[in-house]
Amino acid sequence: MSMLSIFNVSGSAASAQSQRLNVVASNLANADTVAGPDGSAYKARQVTFQTQLMGATGNDPTAAGVRVSTIAEDQTAGRKVHDPKHPGADGEGYVTYSNVNAIEEMVNMISASRSYQNNLEVMNTAKTLLQKTIQLGQS
Amino acid sequence: MLNRITDALDFQARALTLRSERQRLIASNIANADTPGYQARDMNFARTLQAATGSLGGARSVSTTHAGHIGSAAAGLSGGKVGAELLYATPGQTNLDRNTVDMDRERASFADNAIKYEATLRFINSSVRTQLSAITGQ
Repeated sequence: MSMLSIFNVSGSAASAQSQRLNVVASNLANADTVAGPDGSAYKARQVTFQTQLMGATGNDPTAAGVRVSTIAEDQTAGRKVHDPKHPGADGEGYVTYSNVNAIEEMVNMISASRSYQNNLEVMNTAKTLLQKTIQLGQS
Repeated sequence: MLNRITDALDFQARALTLRSERQRLIASNIANADTPGYQARDMNFARTLQAATGSLGGARSVSTTHAGHIGSAAAGLSGGKVGAELLYATPGQTNLDRNTVDMDRERASFADNAIKYEATLRFINSSVRTQLSAITGQ
């Protein structure tokens, strides 16, 4: 049944998208984190997707799922704010915040949630079709 | 003798197999909508179905009555094996990450294929029902 592997394909995509959503959530939660005692603040993380063939034979291009290949940290320098009264300020009075760009993260979040919905809809359609296939010949 | 009864179902059965293959293909495209470098695939359904049913005899094989007609006899596929020839979709709008999935087109193809899958199911169902009523003779 080639239709059954739709659940594997769309399921892997939904799981990858939910992982992306998780990473976006951590980034947004840490948007205002300041540098700790070690001097480095939270770094924004970004997932990278990769195609994963998942047919019965393992090399079937018609069943291409998705997996998260890497979660990379954004290495750009964090935002620096001059605030000598802040307890986290360094010797020159600067506070280093995380390098999370909240707007980029919001866009990422919307994109992830739409892709997630799309995959769920694909699974729902496949389920309906399979149910009708099972009832084939019964009138 | 029995294959005379089931012969009529063969064409629809292969069409159904192909439809489910295409459904999976489009599901893969939708799943990889955000994967960098992924190339969207699709199949030429008419040609693949012709190739898959070319070995079927009877009235269902395409007859060529003109020199310009394309016959279906060339297809050497037999049995239930369906070898779909996969093509690459041409992107409507190019993407910086070389991903060629066009979500609008994929969604449309997915809905279209789902409806046609159901239609094939109904063809098989009604064919079965016809034969059943012929057997029971009521």
